[in-house]
Amino acid sequence: MAKMNLLQAINNALDSAMAADDSMICLGEDVGKFGGVFRATSHLQEKYGKARCFNTPLTEQGIAGFAIGMAAQGSTAVAEIQFADYIFPAFDQIVNEAAKFRYRSGNEFNVGSLVFRTPYGGGIAGGLYHSQSPEAYFCHTPGLKVLMPSNPYQAKGLLLSAIRDPNPVLFFEPKRLYRAAEGDVPEDDYEIPIGKAEVVRNGSDITLLAWGAQMTEMYKAADKAAEEGISCEVIDLRSLLPWDVETVANSVRKTGRLLIAHEAPHTGGFGGEIAATIQQECFLSLEAPIARVTGMDTPFPLAHEKEYLPDYLKVYEALVASLNY
Amino acid sequence: MSSASDEKPNLMHQTQFIQGHDLPIPTLSILNADGSIQAGAEVPELDQETAIKIYRNMVYIRVLDERMISAQRQGRLSFYLTCSGEEAAVTGTAAAFTINDMIMGQYREQAALRLRGFSTEQFMNQLLSNKDDLGKGRQMPVHYGSNELNYMTISSPLGTQIPQAAGYAYAQKLQGNDACTLCYFGEGAASEGDFHAGMNMAAVLNCPVVFVCRNNGYAISTPADEQFKGDGIAARGVGYGIKTIRVDGNDILAVYSASLAARRIAIENNEPVLIETMSYRLGAHSTSDDPSGYRSKDEEDKWREKDPIERMQNWLQSKGWWNEEEEKSILESYRKDVLDTLKRVEKKDMPGLDELITDVYDTPPAHLQKQFEELKEHIAKYPENYPVAGGAKHG
Repeated sequence: MAKMNLLQAINNALDSAMAADDSMICLGEDVGKFGGVFRATSHLQEKYGKARCFNTPLTEQGIAGFAIGMAAQGSTAVAEIQFADYIFPAFDQIVNEAAKFRYRSGNEFNVGSLVFRTPYGGGIAGGLYHSQSPEAYFCHTPGLKVLMPSNPYQAKGLLLSAIRDPNPVLFFEPKRLYRAAEGDVPEDDYEIPIGKAEVVRNGSDITLLAWGAQMTEMYKAADKAAEEGISCEVIDLRSLLPWDVETVANSVRKTGRLLIAHEAPHTGGFGGEIAATIQQECFLSLEAPIARVTGMDTPFPLAHEKEYLPDYLKVYEALVASLNY
Repeated sequence: MSSASDEKPNLMHQTQFIQGHDLPIPTLSILNADGSIQAGAEVPELDQETAIKIYRNMVYIRVLDERMISAQRQGRLSFYLTCSGEEAAVTGTAAAFTINDMIMGQYREQAALRLRGFSTEQFMNQLLSNKDDLGKGRQMPVHYGSNELNYMTISSPLGTQIPQAAGYAYAQKLQGNDACTLCYFGEGAASEGDFHAGMNMAAVLNCPVVFVCRNNGYAISTPADEQFKGDGIAARGVGYGIKTIRVDGNDILAVYSASLAARRIAIENNEPVLIETMSYRLGAHSTSDDPSGYRSKDEEDKWREKDPIERMQNWLQSKGWWNEEEEKSILESYRKDVLDTLKRVEKKDMPGLDELITDVYDTPPAHLQKQFEELKEHIAKYPENYPVAGGAKHG
């Protein structure tokens, strides 16, 4: 075990994966000698050479297409998109190409050894284009897997799983927690299964569900509720596509209530998908409408960031309202 | 002109703009329409066996295309796209590469796939989306692919294969097996952002990829002069620092000569090459298109006189490698092969219903399996309303 922050855990996972797989390549804007604007790829070029960890020209559609080509050839391609806000130029390559590669070719070809890593989320005064949480766009795309870790231990284990999973994976990293989140991380190689949620706190009155950076607000809300004698079961979804219906449904059958929170806007957010599914699975167990505490249906603002974000107080108010329903 | 260099800057002291066409790019031309060789032309090494293989391939594809257009008009398949007029541009480029080189195309390059040995039956399986289609009946007709033949499955979004080809070639380079990638696209697709991304990345990252732009004058109804203002696509290659050549796409010797050299450069130097083949789309864009709405019969006739197949035939005859009887014989045998195969393949079953959900991922996840069980229950309730419950014929 070693104390690592979330960035160090990611760097450690990339290092571990590159050591184990000679065909693995890290690419993206500024990922080479500089080690990335957040330093997630620090020292990798030094250690594995310029051919395996390199800068690309500034073109997201190019990075995505290039990585798809490498993965189609059989190499392991881990591409970085500098901010999730800038993944949209690559949307066509990811949605029309990477996601459909195996299906459309009848498994003649695939890009299973492909991962896109990208920092996402608000809370760092990033305004419109350094704050977005675009996960829902990609969860609407069959063929992709979508992961969002919330702490260093998860970040390493999930990233190693993503790199070795035989399907293209989008790995959204909560940049607000890059240095803020610290924890014990095994130095040895390990994986966390994709498609499995983690019940991080047991409780009996209401189920609180989130992922990524939003988990820190959920813990705070659960702590505040505990002071009032409310017992929250807290679930970290970790994997959005595919997501763990069973773990969430089992929890809601027990507590009778569900609150989902995410930073991304409300309308069309992934919370809607979860709410609809759980309503179908747990109709007879639900004692209150499923609550969603989310970003507003606006672009991500700068001056009003604190007001905009679904912080723990908003979560707390919503869970109390659910209990009083 | 690297940025942080100590080189002496190349200065000028009058305000002079470089004109858009200051860099004239000539067209490589070797073969005359009558089959004679241009004065002073450097003829590539092309032995009789290879020449005949190339020629037969071009004729086969012309026959296949003509028959399949008719079959589509008869409602026997849903859609078709021909290679007509560009058989030399495609066959001549592909012939200069080896089976270890990956081919990543757009959709009008079936001649390259045939050259590698794709059978008539395999073409038909794909066109009719039956159970033996390598693509499992999922994509529209003419979206061929074959792992065995190193021919990447075609997809409809234009230009997406260009940066992919750069990445594929980069990985080939790291594997060090003396293979490269051959990437085709049309002059219309070259207007996509992915063209810019792929060309620039291939140059900067030293990728052994040969880009072939089939400039056939039209992107559906849009003529080339509404597609770009510069000197075609070739002029752009120079801007990216890529070795570039323009060839007469109806001249098999020019196409083949440039392609042989391009592959050598790509493999030996680990760098990209751009070939622009100047040709003409003789047929409609697809079976969903009628070119009479945007171009004249005169124009088409003018190009028909420059037919790449006739031109190569004249050359072969001038060398005593081909005669009328052989011509008649292959035309008859190809027509028979295509029609007989079509009749046989039409009787094949469609893919099993489970192919609806396989290959979305390596294995179907739980939520998809659940949706599939629901679908099967539904079909079991209304079997007469759906053409297939697995293994049945097309309705």
